[in-house]
Amino acid sequence: MCLGIPARITGIADAAAMLAEVDVHGVRREVDVLCVAPPDAPLEDLIGSWVLVHVGFAMSRISEPEARATLALLAEMGELHEELTAMQDTGKAGGSHAVQ
Amino acid sequence: MRFSEAFRDPALAEKLFTEIARTAETLARSRKTPVTVMEVCGGHTHTIFRYGLKDRLPDTIEFAHGPGCPVCVLPMGRIDDAIALARRPDVILTTFGDAMRVPGAQGSLLQARAAGADIRMVYSPLDALELARKNPDREIVFFALGFETTAPSTALTVLRAAREGIQNFSLLCQHILIVPTLRALLEQPDFAVDGFIGPGHVAMVTGTHPYEFVASTFHRPFVVAGFEPLDILQSLLMVLRQLEAGQARVENQYARVVPPEGNPAALAAMRQVYETRPDTAWRGLGTIAFSGLQLRPTWAAFDAERRFALTPHTVADPASARCGDVLTGRIRPTACPAFGRDCTPDAPLGALMVSSEGACAACYDYEGARQVA
Repeated sequence: MCLGIPARITGIADAAAMLAEVDVHGVRREVDVLCVAPPDAPLEDLIGSWVLVHVGFAMSRISEPEARATLALLAEMGELHEELTAMQDTGKAGGSHAVQ
Repeated sequence: MRFSEAFRDPALAEKLFTEIARTAETLARSRKTPVTVMEVCGGHTHTIFRYGLKDRLPDTIEFAHGPGCPVCVLPMGRIDDAIALARRPDVILTTFGDAMRVPGAQGSLLQARAAGADIRMVYSPLDALELARKNPDREIVFFALGFETTAPSTALTVLRAAREGIQNFSLLCQHILIVPTLRALLEQPDFAVDGFIGPGHVAMVTGTHPYEFVASTFHRPFVVAGFEPLDILQSLLMVLRQLEAGQARVENQYARVVPPEGNPAALAAMRQVYETRPDTAWRGLGTIAFSGLQLRPTWAAFDAERRFALTPHTVADPASARCGDVLTGRIRPTACPAFGRDCTPDAPLGALMVSSEGACAACYDYEGARQVA
């Protein structure tokens, strides 16, 4: 919940609704980008940039080397898999992730 | 060996260990007790145990594992509130996976789900809102947890729900604030912490200014830190150097993510949606004034407590576990009589044993075998 996961913005899903599409280690999902939106430029300027995503919201823009190092660390700590599973299984009744 | 694998720059790690040892030795000459540094955030606690950092540090340095793990400070009564809502046949209760195993007086959310309540884990409050769109005949309640890191996400989700006119979505709001909590800790007369490793992702939202009082009023160094083992070592050294120089300042080791002014859009959303509660109960710490958030009256329609006329439960913490003493740094996890006996990650008595970011669970997972023997 608090660590955040680095993701690359691959497209804008709905500019008016501040939703972008990101890729996290091959998993795609929509995230809210209001907190990282450039104030005086179109949202499309975000495409290709890396962000730190907390619970579905991009909260900080980060550099690519920083993003890759953080992903490697999360993978080593075993937390990358857990986070990606949570992203994919979200909202299912009786989902099994995070509870062993 | 795991050290060289863990650090982005092993040579720098060695240098930091050497410099920390040197500074600690100087400090030890001028004081009788070890230097105690509190890492506020549960993410830092996890890293410290995961990489066995303590093993490589001199005995004259102690870590106190702070209250910055939202699951760990979740009071039993609040879990009971969530279960009471989830048992209503019209409600789907949604929350983060971390909250599922926290014991309340009536059991955990996981147990309530096994007993038939419709409780679903979501990755994001946006996913709870999506459930509301897809299930117009059900009431979707999001049990909202977390510090300033996740509070803006919930606020932005409420604003989104209001814009879309979604009427079957509401919050059981348990967002809490780290700043008043630090103040409450510092005001305790026997609070023996010499300096702080500050929470990086809370500061990403709040900026570094709200922590100035720690240095100016309470004369403790406060270094906002990143989450890699190297970040923690570097931040620890920055705290020790301030102590050595007799200084107390707010410093930012995690400037690559934390701007001094924080995230203005996130802060604006929080101000628009929340106000502070007069009193909020914390597991292990009692009640701390103005430390919790609730929805402003404008957003009352999204407040599950009003919507379902919930009477909040208050339950005393379990007497046999000393969670409060661990949270305030008075004892190490292993000094609690319940640690590893009545309280284990499989059958947690206190919430510090539930989350991998809780001091007790992290300690049990990585040091447990040699400590409980």
